[in-house]
Amino acid sequence: MRAVITVVGKDAVGIIADVSNVLKRRSANIVDITQSVLQDLFAMIMLADISKLEGDFIELADELSALGKSLGLDIRVMHEDIFNSMHRI
Amino acid sequence: MPLLNSFDILETIKMISDEHLDIRTITMGISLSDCAADSVAKCAQKIYDKITRRAENLVSVGTRIEQEYGIPVINKRISVTPIAIVAAACEDGNYAPIAQALDRAAQTVGINFIGGYSALVHKGMTVSDRRLLDSIPEALASTERVCSSVNVATTRAGINMDAVARLGQIMRDTAYLTRESDSFGCAKLVVFANSPEDNPFMAGAYHGVGEAECAINVGVSGPGVVRAAIERHGEMDLTELADVIKKTAFKITRMGQLVAYEASKRLGAEFGIVDLSLAPTPAVGDSVARILEAMGLETCGCHGTTACLAMLNDAVKKGGVMASSHVGGLSGAFIPVSEDMGMVEAAQKGVLTLDKLEAMTAVCSVGLDMIAVPGDTSAEILSAIIADEIAIGVINNKTTAVRLIPVWGKDVGDSISFGGLWGEAPIMPVHRESPAKFIGRGGRIPAPIHSQRN
Repeated sequence: MRAVITVVGKDAVGIIADVSNVLKRRSANIVDITQSVLQDLFAMIMLADISKLEGDFIELADELSALGKSLGLDIRVMHEDIFNSMHRI
Repeated sequence: MPLLNSFDILETIKMISDEHLDIRTITMGISLSDCAADSVAKCAQKIYDKITRRAENLVSVGTRIEQEYGIPVINKRISVTPIAIVAAACEDGNYAPIAQALDRAAQTVGINFIGGYSALVHKGMTVSDRRLLDSIPEALASTERVCSSVNVATTRAGINMDAVARLGQIMRDTAYLTRESDSFGCAKLVVFANSPEDNPFMAGAYHGVGEAECAINVGVSGPGVVRAAIERHGEMDLTELADVIKKTAFKITRMGQLVAYEASKRLGAEFGIVDLSLAPTPAVGDSVARILEAMGLETCGCHGTTACLAMLNDAVKKGGVMASSHVGGLSGAFIPVSEDMGMVEAAQKGVLTLDKLEAMTAVCSVGLDMIAVPGDTSAEILSAIIADEIAIGVINNKTTAVRLIPVWGKDVGDSISFGGLWGEAPIMPVHRESPAKFIGRGGRIPAPIHSQRN
């Protein structure tokens, strides 16, 4: 199973490092990553393989969401199938 | 596989976070045909036991899907076999204890509404149908979560006007018994023509007799997403506008298809249908009226409204049918007045009237929905409003429904507020001239000529 992690908010130093750290600790493997900074707005999208995830999907989502709140960012973790079904025929 | 297009990903997130995209309901349909018993008490116990066993995990699975996919699932609900059929073998006559058992079962499994306190009387009434109809006011007044519906007509059978006449009085009785809460009981009662057997939306949901033992039906939503898409595209002609609506409906429905598939798999139930309806909520922006206004009307209800709604409804279906393997339920745009801020404002201004709403229901799904009328409206007038709306459904071979709230003790100029998803509404005027002689005739309006299709 793969998850899409989106991070949107004000740019700051070390956002990718902070998110990656959580993923590493929980054995989620980053498959692809893209990011852009438009004026001050930071938007990053990561695709992560979570088939060997340590702990539950919901715990990962909650931890990243909490990290987002502490950094003033909106971080979401969603199953990739929601995007596949909406945007691919 | 390469990373998904980042524009698409951000579009989905924007739809969820800013435009109120959600799954409106995961509704589990449960057959109660094996719950027949010779007494109401035994029947009620069997019903309680079966629902609480079968729907034990409904809420937890719904919540889990919500968390994994990041898409809000607003309601988890249950529909059951029409109780007039289930209880027909009972020797005693008052079915209200069954309504109370349904209410307790809903509370036990943690859902907010359960539908199916229903009867199908489009051609005639059995003894059991009569008992059920007689008990509707008490059942709705003595429960919180139970919804009731009565199918009084089909295109194949015509209109049972005896039932229509009866329901005007049932609405008034329900309004009186729930007068302390602005006659809220009437918000849980729907009168149908051509009612679908797999509708996931309340208050009209029931599990039809042709349905599986247990099925999952999902209702999607997203008026806010459609409105935002129209506004984003700016200037365009109506052909292009229809295309924008179709594409948006496709995306919304794909999400419903995914959730319905996952929910049915995890709950060990049949995949029933995805209902494509645009269901508004009182939240700002989540309004069907605002879509019509984004299409170019000054206020919903003005001339042009019926044409805009017809196009919207058709485009939603065209986009949705390809997105789902099974489309069903009501599938179209809902226009419940109290639940749609744009409709409420248009009604307050006097632009949106009961007559215009009736015309609109000829081209969209459902019918006269969540409309507050004066509490002193006579039973005959209520029955005549029902008859008009039901005739539109029968002649046009479509579902129509009536959910009116004759608010006890209130009149034009007053308003009601039910809170939450039910919203608020001004009391709308009705015509006062009497249709009593027409309604008093009774009998059946014969099926229309186009019912002869064999």
